[in-house]
Amino acid sequence: MAHGTGNPRRTGIAVFVALLLLTAVTVLVSYVDLGLWNVVVALLIASAKASLVALFFMHLKGESRLVWGFALFPIVFLSLILIGTLADTMLR
Amino acid sequence: MTGIGQPETEGNGRGYLAERGWRSWAFTLDHKRVGAMYLWTTIFFFLVGGVFALLLRLELLSPQAKYFGNHAYNVFFTLHGSMMIFLFIIPAIPSGLGNFFIPLQLGARDVAFPRLNIASYWVFAAGFLVVIGSLVAPMDTGWTFYTPYSAKSAAAVTTLSLGIFLLGMSSILTGLNFIVTIHKLRAPGMTWHRMPLFLWSMYATSIIQVIATPVVGVTFLLLAAERVFGVGFFDPSKGGDPVLFQHFFWFYSHPVVYVMILPAMGIVSEVIPVFSRKPIFGYKAIAYSSMAIALGGFLVWGHHMFTSGMSPLANAIFSLMTFFVAVPTAVKVFNWTATLYRGSITFEAPMLYALTFIFLFIVGGLTGPFLGALATNVQLHDTYFVVAHFHYTMMGGTVMGFFAGLHYWFPKMTGRMLNEKVARAAWALIFVGFNVTFFTMFIVGVRGMPRRYAEYLPKFQLENVISTAGSAVLALGILVMCWNLLQGLRKGAPASANPWRALSLEWRAASPPATENFDEVPVVTEWPYGYGTPKA
Ligand code: HEM
Ligand SMILES: [Cu+2]
Repeated sequence: MAHGTGNPRRTGIAVFVALLLLTAVTVLVSYVDLGLWNVVVALLIASAKASLVALFFMHLKGESRLVWGFALFPIVFLSLILIGTLADTMLR
Repeated sequence: MTGIGQPETEGNGRGYLAERGWRSWAFTLDHKRVGAMYLWTTIFFFLVGGVFALLLRLELLSPQAKYFGNHAYNVFFTLHGSMMIFLFIIPAIPSGLGNFFIPLQLGARDVAFPRLNIASYWVFAAGFLVVIGSLVAPMDTGWTFYTPYSAKSAAAVTTLSLGIFLLGMSSILTGLNFIVTIHKLRAPGMTWHRMPLFLWSMYATSIIQVIATPVVGVTFLLLAAERVFGVGFFDPSKGGDPVLFQHFFWFYSHPVVYVMILPAMGIVSEVIPVFSRKPIFGYKAIAYSSMAIALGGFLVWGHHMFTSGMSPLANAIFSLMTFFVAVPTAVKVFNWTATLYRGSITFEAPMLYALTFIFLFIVGGLTGPFLGALATNVQLHDTYFVVAHFHYTMMGGTVMGFFAGLHYWFPKMTGRMLNEKVARAAWALIFVGFNVTFFTMFIVGVRGMPRRYAEYLPKFQLENVISTAGSAVLALGILVMCWNLLQGLRKGAPASANPWRALSLEWRAASPPATENFDEVPVVTEWPYGYGTPKA
């Protein structure tokens, strides 16, 4: 299977640095009071980091459509459990 | 394609069973041996769980808690439920029969990851050892582990949930293995639409196992964290929410009822055409309805929580979705019935069990919408009506499907035939015993007898005595069946490669199959349901 082009070592290091930077941002933002938005920002950063790991470290980038399908499919179920429980707890 | 009765592989005597010694089993990479180990283990726990059930029925002979007392009764139903669900019904068909027959039906030599396969068995074994270890302070929470009681109970909740965590992990490994196997190892010419329906149902099952099981694993970890470290996930005084536990638990446990039923439906879809000598009716409808059930099953978990104080909107949504999910199930029942129509039906033991599945599952399934309707649920929730409903689906459905599969594939797995007369006698006892035991529960349930108590109002005693009598007949039937299986294993007449004149690929291997299954990988040119044609 093709695993992207370019120098794998350079990409690896770049992704690693990006992950470190994003971690720093997470820590810094936690000191700013944004109300409910703190959670939103933290989750967005976390998702970005997870995507980087999946794309590069787990080689999703160069994978077939089938593997992409299996990787994205569980997100539907994650949103399901969130929507389902929120439909209860927020409207109780 | 070869016609029936001409196996491509001639038997070499003991096939995959030839090698002896415990090492040849403990470290085996043969999917058939892994399957056989799962079958022995799960049937063992089925019998142990059954003993607990008989103890429950014994206590219920009297309206007072006369024989064992309240606490022991609670322990018994917890152990009965947990063992039957986690150690028998979830793994029995997928990990047992599935392991054995998925590669054979695909025309493959093994599963995609044989090492992962034996690893899953040993993780399973670790799981049941931990479950047995939890008996030092036996659990009394019911198999549902509801908080707040499970967070506070002095029983070994943490140990038992760790055990179930391991069992879940083994279930994930198996599911993953099967998904990859079905994608990658189909014999040349076996397109998706030429796959036997058992494979479709196992594919759908595996998807649920992989997606839903992690949720229950995490839930039990949260529960353990709450018990051990005092983190307040579910405790309102610490900002938690006890109903959240129920959400998490049922997000797994409703889909898991389809992990139980889909494989049994797959077996029924194999057995019905063989013993009515007719092509299966509505192949695609059956195949796709398995997928629809697998996905739709994730939308209805809230129907277990209508009386737990969920928001009215959530109640309404979950009730509506529950009615939808019954549709693909009904589609299958119509297709099986249409397959039977004007077929040349014969009543060998596998067929008797498959027909029993259809009959009992209709009763179990149709009582589902009564429970799914909000108004009637308030009346019926936590009564014996629910107990009857899920025993008709799980025992009347899944277990009958499992028995159908055991009898159908017994000649292939062992190379020996069963005594048909004894098999039918056992079936008759099981059929009568089952209905006497559980139909009475619908009646006392509607009249308001609550579940999970050792004591009950004297006005329900007659029905309870009848039910206990039925359970004795049922137990006798199961003993006769087990005895027959053991006799068959020891001295049954030798089986030919294809005693039922069936067309799917497993019948082209020898009975029992050789370690590598087929001498030559079969090439598939048509679907496996061409019954009633000159060929079969
Ligand atoms: C036709 C589709 C089905 C529908 C609409 C349905 C509906 C329901 C509902 C609404 C409940 C909750 C009752 C209550 O506690 O108030 C329930 C309980 C249950 N159902 Fe079903 N069901 C269906 C099929 C199945 C199948 C196929 C199985 C298993 C093979 C199953 C197993 C169970 C179990 C184990 C419980 C009770 C769990 C407990 O509280 O201990 N059901 N069902
Ligand atoms: Cu359910």
